[in-house]
Amino acid sequence: MNLTETIRNAAAHPDQVFVILKAGILERVPEGIQPVISIGLSIVGIMAVFPLLFALITLMERKILGRIQNRYGPNRVGPCGLFQPIADGIKMLIKENIVPYAAIKWAHFMAPVLLMFPAFLALSVIPYGRNMTPIELDAGLVFFFALGAFNEIAVFMAGWSSRNKYSLLGAMRAIAQMISYDIPLVLSTIPVIMMAGSLSLPDIVNAQAGYHFDLLPRWFILTPWGIAGSILFLIAAMAESNRCPFDIPEGESEIIAGHLTEYSGFKFAMFFMSEYIALLAASAVGVTLFLGGWHAPFPFLQWVPSYIWFFSKLISLIFLYIWIRGTLPRIRVDHLMNLAWKFLVPLSLLNLGVCVLWHYSRSWTFPGGQGFRWLLCFAIIAIAYEVLGRKLSSSKTMHQRVYRFVE
Amino acid sequence: MVGLGILKGLRETARNLIGSFYQKERLTTVQYPEEKIAPKENNRNFPFLVFDKDPEANLRCVSCKICEKECPPQCIYIVQKRNEKGKAVKYPEVFDIDVSVCMSCQICVEVCPFDAIKMDQEFALSREDRFEDLLFDRVRLSKSNEYYHQIHPTEAGEVDGRLKEQRKQAEAKAEAKKQAAEKAAA
Repeated sequence: MNLTETIRNAAAHPDQVFVILKAGILERVPEGIQPVISIGLSIVGIMAVFPLLFALITLMERKILGRIQNRYGPNRVGPCGLFQPIADGIKMLIKENIVPYAAIKWAHFMAPVLLMFPAFLALSVIPYGRNMTPIELDAGLVFFFALGAFNEIAVFMAGWSSRNKYSLLGAMRAIAQMISYDIPLVLSTIPVIMMAGSLSLPDIVNAQAGYHFDLLPRWFILTPWGIAGSILFLIAAMAESNRCPFDIPEGESEIIAGHLTEYSGFKFAMFFMSEYIALLAASAVGVTLFLGGWHAPFPFLQWVPSYIWFFSKLISLIFLYIWIRGTLPRIRVDHLMNLAWKFLVPLSLLNLGVCVLWHYSRSWTFPGGQGFRWLLCFAIIAIAYEVLGRKLSSSKTMHQRVYRFVE
Repeated sequence: MVGLGILKGLRETARNLIGSFYQKERLTTVQYPEEKIAPKENNRNFPFLVFDKDPEANLRCVSCKICEKECPPQCIYIVQKRNEKGKAVKYPEVFDIDVSVCMSCQICVEVCPFDAIKMDQEFALSREDRFEDLLFDRVRLSKSNEYYHQIHPTEAGEVDGRLKEQRKQAEAKAEAKKQAAEKAAA
């Protein structure tokens, strides 16, 4: 294909424009280096889109939080404060890089790198659109969770190497929190894996293709176990990425900035950025698992390119995170643990059972069978939610302590 | 039910988020350099000198130096004016206030028997030179009685009334003295 033909082809298929352009570039390089160029192009795409998205999200977050608190938010740099992220970036770059005298230098240096690296790697397995998966791994979901485990190491490295009590306290809180919330995070995704029958993210997206009654999408969030799973996933992902209300590892009112206390300048910016990239990656996985990935919500909207659907879902999920951040205060450490172990874990285990029931009740064909099946599964989860919630929120009655041996 | 409170909170914040775009009264802050909130009447920060008509001739200050002596951080510096014969005149040759030292205690205002020194409201005082530019001289400190009325209307009205009363009494006294002198002469 010559150049004009490629461009005309790309323009004719807006949905596949990136795929066609990439194929067009690959055609023009020698066959030996095609895999390398292919990987390079994917990396360039990810590295161009996501840091830009990160910059936009920081601005969006500050604007929305401002509005939630009845303020304007940043509006000085550029039109509507649009260049605020650039100003922030320049500020971060020219700040002094301070390493504490007693710090373990190499670990202090490596921690932000180690946090950033898996955050970007996790983005490589996500299907961004039709035929737009950078790496089609058979076990993409496992790859994502395995990379998520890097977070704990990096945060603890940061906390330990700083030689600062606040850093260490923050890091220990982070470890406790991340390990606790890893379990509901993984458990909430297992029903999806069971129903899709695959660990590959493109396959999970394909399992959600099509529409009920030619109207409602077959997304997993519209099933009872999908509703429960997506809420569990949302909460667990929020805790995994240390977002408010689960930002106790940073907890500035108690421990200054937790593991970030001794970081300044560009290293701090790297921490900040990788936190957001990790949040984006977790949200992208959430979109893929429960919100149908790049599929359009209605059949008559299928003409909109698939990647636009993916990114608009991603941005709406990020908006939800910001909204929750603007609403809820930070929760206490013991409440955090109670929520994970006494509420999310039992509920996600129950959700597995409901998913099994959903699977085996597929063939109920008596009149109203499918509706009954939906309501039954939903009722089981709702009742469990109510019972567990009451147990969680029932406070212990306090008694005055009696000193028996003093008197 | 667990989570109902969260939903209520989300509704409240959503109301703020949308409401702050079209309900101006929701916004608690103003866009400072462009919009300014008028200072409250009792707001005060640094002293200034009051003159009645002419900034040179009608300065109320008589250079009695009470404020200079009372000033706790000693930020006032006064040199009395002398005429050609070297006799002291009721007028300050130099009247400097170092506002970088001033602690806005208002003692100078309270001790002044002539209502010559009052508190200002101008707060945007950042300068390039922290020493020279913040040492305000007599010319810089002199502000009209009208300005005083503008910033502290109630207080300025009281002061004007009092000064008028004093002037009246002084005139009556002078009149009585004159009459007494005339009587004595007669």
